[in-house]
Amino acid sequence: MPLLALLAKEPAHGYELKSQLEQVFGEAYPAPNIGQIYVTLQRLERDGLVRSQDVVQTTRPNKRVYELTDAGREAVVEWVDKTSEGPRVRDEFFMKLALSQLARTSDRLGLIIRQRRHYLAQLRSLSELAATVDRPVPRLLIEGAILHLQADLDWLQRCQEELL
Amino acid sequence: MIGSDGTVLLRARSLNKIFAGEGVVVHAVREVDLSLANGEFVAVTGPSGSGKSTLLHMLGGLEKPTSGEIWLEGKRVDGLSQARWAMLRRRHIGFVFQFFNLVSNMTVADNVELAALMGGASRKQATARRRELLGELGLAAKADAAPARLSGGEQQRVALARAMANRPALLLADEPTGNLDSAATTAVLGLLARAHADGQGILLVTHDLRVACTADRVISLFDGMVVDDAPMTIPHRPMLLPDVLKLRG
Repeated sequence: MPLLALLAKEPAHGYELKSQLEQVFGEAYPAPNIGQIYVTLQRLERDGLVRSQDVVQTTRPNKRVYELTDAGREAVVEWVDKTSEGPRVRDEFFMKLALSQLARTSDRLGLIIRQRRHYLAQLRSLSELAATVDRPVPRLLIEGAILHLQADLDWLQRCQEELL
Repeated sequence: MIGSDGTVLLRARSLNKIFAGEGVVVHAVREVDLSLANGEFVAVTGPSGSGKSTLLHMLGGLEKPTSGEIWLEGKRVDGLSQARWAMLRRRHIGFVFQFFNLVSNMTVADNVELAALMGGASRKQATARRRELLGELGLAAKADAAPARLSGGEQQRVALARAMANRPALLLADEPTGNLDSAATTAVLGLLARAHADGQGILLVTHDLRVACTADRVISLFDGMVVDDAPMTIPHRPMLLPDVLKLRG
């Protein structure tokens, strides 16, 4: 979907889409893999949401430029308008915590403490990253991740209070 | 007095605090051991009621331990009288609280200078120190104002200036950002980080983990007991957000 949304602005080829994603979301966003972008574009083309044509370049190999079809444009509008799901219902850590007792493998307090250290290290790392970012879009992305981490830490506390 | 040579600045051994009132006995702090090296920045965290403030108050002599030992700069201090503790605090310990506790009918400048004077500075030294601190904290223009005219964030910066007026080896901070918005919190954390970089030993109590994670080491309390005491491990690379956006097409 992010690719479709970028194409709604103007036609582009794969590398342009990659660098636009990086530019909008900044350092916090993992650099998208170009192969993954091409695979996604191919799938979108098969589904009739984008079409492509080769543009002849004199000094370099031809490039394939993608643009939205009418169906693709409709899909973007629908995607943007639709409310989004909350972050998650399943949590791997909680599975471990809940099931560890059955397996008799564990020290549940140890599990919680290790997870808290891990979240704290992430919190520190993200706070330091946030302090270096000025542009609002990447900064808000990081701020969102920080708030989620804080909620995870609060919830870890609740697990400790109720399960131990 | 300030230095980060790794020697022990503060140590507590088997510290207990039991509050006994009208038929209710609360064991607020249980068998707590902790130590703080010179120049180290340690955060104590835990949910409300976990005993973290009581612990800090005992370490600063504001509350008497039921049992256990407290050592400051190699001297045992848990048995000191109120008067001796007051002396110790004036010279060796800076205190910062959640609600600033500035003297309301004195100017910002006098609040800071008074602390320096009580710590044994001359009038001239106290004025110089006050100028230096308020300047560093961006409050020079507010020197003659009454504390009540300042925002919460500014008042907390003044409280920090007051706590640092005697260059104490140890700074004890009890929820110093508990009453501040996020911009003021960031400013106070920046000041603590700078003091820490200058070799200030800091013990900070907070329930806010975003504040706690700025320390060198985090101690977690639960039901009055230490459940974790671990250095902050910081990943070398800044963390990426793997799942924020997926290329689902």
